[in-house]
Amino acid sequence: MTSQPDNLYAAREPIFPKRVYGTFRNLKWAIMAVTLGIYYLVPWLRWDRGPNLPDQAVLVDLAHRRFYFFWIEIWPHEFYFVAGLLIMAGLGLFLFTSTLGRVWCGYTCPQTVWTDLFILVERWIEGDRNARIRLHRAKWTPRKATLRVLKWTVWTLIGVATGGAWVFYFADAPTLANQFLTLTAPTVAWVTVAILTATTVILGGFMREQVCIYMCPWPRIQGAMMDDSTLTVAYRDWRGEPRGKARDATAGDCVDCNACVAVCPMGIDIRDGQQMECITCALCIDACDDIMGKLGRDRGLIDYLALSDAPAEQAGKKTRPIWAHILRPRTILYSIIWASFGFAMMYALFIRPEIELAVAPIRNPTFVTLSDGSIRNAYEIRLRNKHGEPRQFGIHVAGDLAVRVELEGTPYETITVAPDATHRLRVYLTTPNQSDVAKADETPIRFWIEDLGNGERASATTVFNGKGEP
Amino acid sequence: MDEPRVDELTGRPTMGHEFDGIEELNTPMPRWWLWTFYLTIIWGIGYTIAFPAWPMISGATAGLLGHSTRGEVSADIAAHEASNAALVAELNAADLATFDPLTDLHRYAVARGSSVFRAQCSQCHGAGAAGAVGYPNLLDNDWLWGGTLEDIAHSVRHGIRNETDFDARYSVMPAFGDILEPADIEKLVDFVPTLADADWDSAGGDLFTENCAACHGDQGLGDSSLGAPNLADAIWLYGSDHDSLTATISNARFGVMPAWGQRLNEEDVRAVSAYVHSLGGGE
Repeated sequence: MTSQPDNLYAAREPIFPKRVYGTFRNLKWAIMAVTLGIYYLVPWLRWDRGPNLPDQAVLVDLAHRRFYFFWIEIWPHEFYFVAGLLIMAGLGLFLFTSTLGRVWCGYTCPQTVWTDLFILVERWIEGDRNARIRLHRAKWTPRKATLRVLKWTVWTLIGVATGGAWVFYFADAPTLANQFLTLTAPTVAWVTVAILTATTVILGGFMREQVCIYMCPWPRIQGAMMDDSTLTVAYRDWRGEPRGKARDATAGDCVDCNACVAVCPMGIDIRDGQQMECITCALCIDACDDIMGKLGRDRGLIDYLALSDAPAEQAGKKTRPIWAHILRPRTILYSIIWASFGFAMMYALFIRPEIELAVAPIRNPTFVTLSDGSIRNAYEIRLRNKHGEPRQFGIHVAGDLAVRVELEGTPYETITVAPDATHRLRVYLTTPNQSDVAKADETPIRFWIEDLGNGERASATTVFNGKGEP
Repeated sequence: MDEPRVDELTGRPTMGHEFDGIEELNTPMPRWWLWTFYLTIIWGIGYTIAFPAWPMISGATAGLLGHSTRGEVSADIAAHEASNAALVAELNAADLATFDPLTDLHRYAVARGSSVFRAQCSQCHGAGAAGAVGYPNLLDNDWLWGGTLEDIAHSVRHGIRNETDFDARYSVMPAFGDILEPADIEKLVDFVPTLADADWDSAGGDLFTENCAACHGDQGLGDSSLGAPNLADAIWLYGSDHDSLTATISNARFGVMPAWGQRLNEEDVRAVSAYVHSLGGGE
């Protein structure tokens, strides 16, 4: 006979983080301002690309399959740039985690930034920690209802602005904003805004630390990224323990004031040691430093610490300097790989041609015999013009082969390609019956195109199929 | 089996079971997680009501929303055709004699014609339009009935030697096996492949002028208004070797093609003609 424990499921314990002042809080405010500023304002930046291209600095144009980023324009076949950026983002995360622990989680993760913003709103409307706890415990009164509705309204407005900013990355921002105001925006825009409003309010307002603890994979992955030399937020227990009153001479530095617990947005006690819930936002450092300052004790009871330094410090020996934690073989290796991807992509970006040529020989049939006995091959050619204006191209075959170039549908050897477009056309090469290329089985040839405006060239190799007779 | 107890080290209750001294602590799941699980069940039930789901003896439940993937395809096709309606009207109104190949309308016609060709024409003329013995190659510049866009459209619309269409292309070559002696046929078989550079004073020359020139022309250059092939060029629909030519002259050859005007709509006839015309041989 066995009995089940009472609770297999637990309700969320509400957390009421207290306002804190200090270095890391200021750093977090600054990062919040910069990241939110970038997110909300970038779609409104303009970038003149000429009359035929959009003038939005950052634009994901799904309909025309283009990605514009200031002076860079990415075509679908250049998606490897995006893949490269994702690889760099991944490696960057490895680098920062092995150096500074979950610094991404604590400072720049959108979940952290928006939660911070939502807590700020909550504090403005409902007051600081103690007032919020009282309000939480109070019965429903008109005042409580007013405050809650006001808070939820502001949250929803932030959510709408967040979802609204997102869709501006996918369309011309002023046009779409005007469509929203006149209620003529496309359905997909409304639906996207609605979904992102809901996720922003739910994740930033109500789920908060639950997202980090239960929904995000990163807390599980970070263990593999961190090591003993990683700087992370920790409690100097050898200095703080045993906890006691400030007057008690036998006690350690920790006066058990719980300031570090009160400010924690994850609702944990950092004095219990490193734990999965900790996003290393460092607010407990600020809170503790403040108390230590008031008591006239050294700051740093809670501090950025490396596990490997703890024994040395306890023994009163000299610890490794900060730079030795930052510059380690592991972090240097990550930096090198990260930078190589960056340099390779920059190189690829600089040598990227503005005109491109792709040639596919038509193999069904490999050649056609014309009425005078001459041999003709057909090719499907794609001309890519990445310029913002139409360009005229001449199409030629390199070398001194006895072949005549003809373009389908025109008696000329030039073709005009629309701005920012790919032009597909059939091209014929014809050679007299008894020429070398007609008799050979296969002759390598090279097509080249020339931009008649500025002489820019591109080429592509292919083959000419002959009769294969001796 | 042990009763649940509180673990001394962590202060957490255990689950009440133990294997080789290892006990499991009770770390409760968040309750919202449980609600999410129930929500997915409710969603799942609602989904099977809204969409086709439950298999029956014949077919399946239709779902309240009336959704079907087949219907989605039909709607997509209808939307596609509606969006092309203006181009189709323009194509049907276009003058084939002056159809500019560098226009968007022409590109549309070729793209549309390409799919018509694959569905309707490739069985005889080949997917690459290179033809086969008896089925003309549509890539070269040799045309039995003319290679302008209008000529091609006429051949497609009315077909070749079919009796269902009054305007079908119709040419008849006599079976010379019934008319000439085998020895004379032999002389013609020797003479015809040399037409480009012929000795008109030979016996074969006389025979050609007497029997063949009426349709194929004095120089054997053919006549596309009669459907008489050019015999002086490098292209032979039925082969130019001795046996093939003997069979052709003795028995004559009669290729046939359906009148596609009876099976395809006007825009598809025009589109497939534009496609064939754009394959390199169009005049």
